[in-house]
Amino acid sequence: MAVSVDEAVSPGPVRDHTPSARRFGGRGRSVLEVALLTVLAVVMLFPVLWMIETSLKENRDVYAIPAKFFDFKVTLDHFKDVFVASGGGRSTLSVAFLNSVVVAGVSTALATVLGVPAAWAYSRFAVKAKKDQLFFILSTRFMPPVVVVIPIFLMYRQVGLIDTKLGLILIYTAFNVPFTIWMMKGFVDEVPAEYEDAAMLDGYTRLQAFWRFTLPLLLPGIAATAVFALIFSWNEFVFAIFLTSSDNVRTAPPAIAGLIGGTTVDWGLVAAASVVFALPVLVFAYLVRKHLVAGVTLGAVRR
Amino acid sequence: MSDRWLAVAFISPALLLLLAMSVFPLLWALYLSFTDYSATRGGPAHFVGFENYTAILTSAQVHLRALTTLIYVVGAVTLQTVLGFAIAYLISRRTHGRGLLTTLFLVPMMLSQVVVGLFWRFMLDAQFGVINSMLGSLGLGQVEWLTRQRTALISLIVVDTWQWTPFIMLIALAGLTAVPKYLYEAASIDRASEWFRFRTITLPLVWPLLLIAVLFRAIEAFRLFDLVYILTSGGPGVSTETLSFHVYKVAFLGFNTGTASAYGILMVLVVIVLTQLYLRYLNKLKED
Repeated sequence: MAVSVDEAVSPGPVRDHTPSARRFGGRGRSVLEVALLTVLAVVMLFPVLWMIETSLKENRDVYAIPAKFFDFKVTLDHFKDVFVASGGGRSTLSVAFLNSVVVAGVSTALATVLGVPAAWAYSRFAVKAKKDQLFFILSTRFMPPVVVVIPIFLMYRQVGLIDTKLGLILIYTAFNVPFTIWMMKGFVDEVPAEYEDAAMLDGYTRLQAFWRFTLPLLLPGIAATAVFALIFSWNEFVFAIFLTSSDNVRTAPPAIAGLIGGTTVDWGLVAAASVVFALPVLVFAYLVRKHLVAGVTLGAVRR
Repeated sequence: MSDRWLAVAFISPALLLLLAMSVFPLLWALYLSFTDYSATRGGPAHFVGFENYTAILTSAQVHLRALTTLIYVVGAVTLQTVLGFAIAYLISRRTHGRGLLTTLFLVPMMLSQVVVGLFWRFMLDAQFGVINSMLGSLGLGQVEWLTRQRTALISLIVVDTWQWTPFIMLIALAGLTAVPKYLYEAASIDRASEWFRFRTITLPLVWPLLLIAVLFRAIEAFRLFDLVYILTSGGPGVSTETLSFHVYKVAFLGFNTGTASAYGILMVLVVIVLTQLYLRYLNKLKED
């Protein structure tokens, strides 16, 4: 079954073929459908727009009762507060953003390096108990994080990985590897094994055939898979909050969550931090929109 | 290098990492679940047999959390399935702007649960939240969304639905566009009614894929922790305390590591059953 968004947005196989005698009724219905879609789209997007608007408001407008929709002065103060500490210098949040970049980036790179060759091997070779192995790999991804974090916490405490970026990188890599293998296996399956056979007839070894012929063909798939891994690591919260505590290690999600700890909440700052934090994800998601279905279902539903 | 050697060399690093970071911790949790170990008290762990398990399974508290989780999972997944399918159906009938619409609808799904939780906590604020502000200007009363027992759980369901309706929509849309066009053409030659076409062509063909999406969402919703933590912290009282959140409280606030581990193992069992169902349907789908 073909299920990429690209095909999902191709002109309509499900188009109405109403005979002309019933056209008018069809048009009335069509207007109703457009209206419904518009309402739904507005409802779905309103929270995002409201957050963006809040991040641009002065504090007295943020807390205005009733809420101000249009009539407010635009300020970038909240965005400045996200990056610059009140006394000058770098803010805690900007450090957290940087930590997120490092942790998400390195764990994604590691998951790709470990996952892509494994996916290729699963796709090409008759591995013993392949189905069971693949099931086991997928099942690790479904464990409740709050359950896994208990023994991981104890384990990290023993080996000194608590409150280190390395600790987070390791657990994120382990969480992304199953996803990478499942999604990449789909991509490898689509590259005919005959290419490698032909290369081997020309005197290349199996490894060379993989490296020089298959891998270049897989690059778009690898990029898409890596972006999903990146988004996951970027957004992850449970491990981040329980395995880190100091400001110079902590990633952005727990740091942003920490903003609501006190008695009063600076919602303008929360909004600005959320907008800054969400921007890269939206850009990345846009880049992989063609692979969204495969990505969100761990590559399991592709064809 | 022989093929067999190459396969081992390529697969084993990934498997070793998973053994170290997933299987080992889980086995450790399994061991701890039979002890009275506490992470703060330290000291040796005493073997207590199935005591932790019986305590959990007979606890009225846990039954209440299981009920809360069930209401939440069933409520949220049902709502987002109906809404997601409806949106997908409406989009699939459009010829123009489908790409743009699809992309716009997907935004909530890509956001971090922390950010989503904060968005909504702000919007649902009883005093200056925009939701109450709108209700007020419509002349309706104010609602204390997050601080009243019943509305808090509803709020949680609404927020989860907001974030994950796009997921169901995406899968449903994929299924809808994969329905072969000639089936509809044949039906319209037979002058079949719209409803008849929907019931006999669209729904049966999309259903298997939709079911996978539902199962996937159920697994995710069952594991949910972040949103509860940010939005309500389980409150008011314990009205939004799901099983996941309760495990966290037992483990990190009560420091009953042994009990929490047993609790976790039971949750993993539930997830395994759900995953099995998920994979079974997936295989069936792939064979067709």
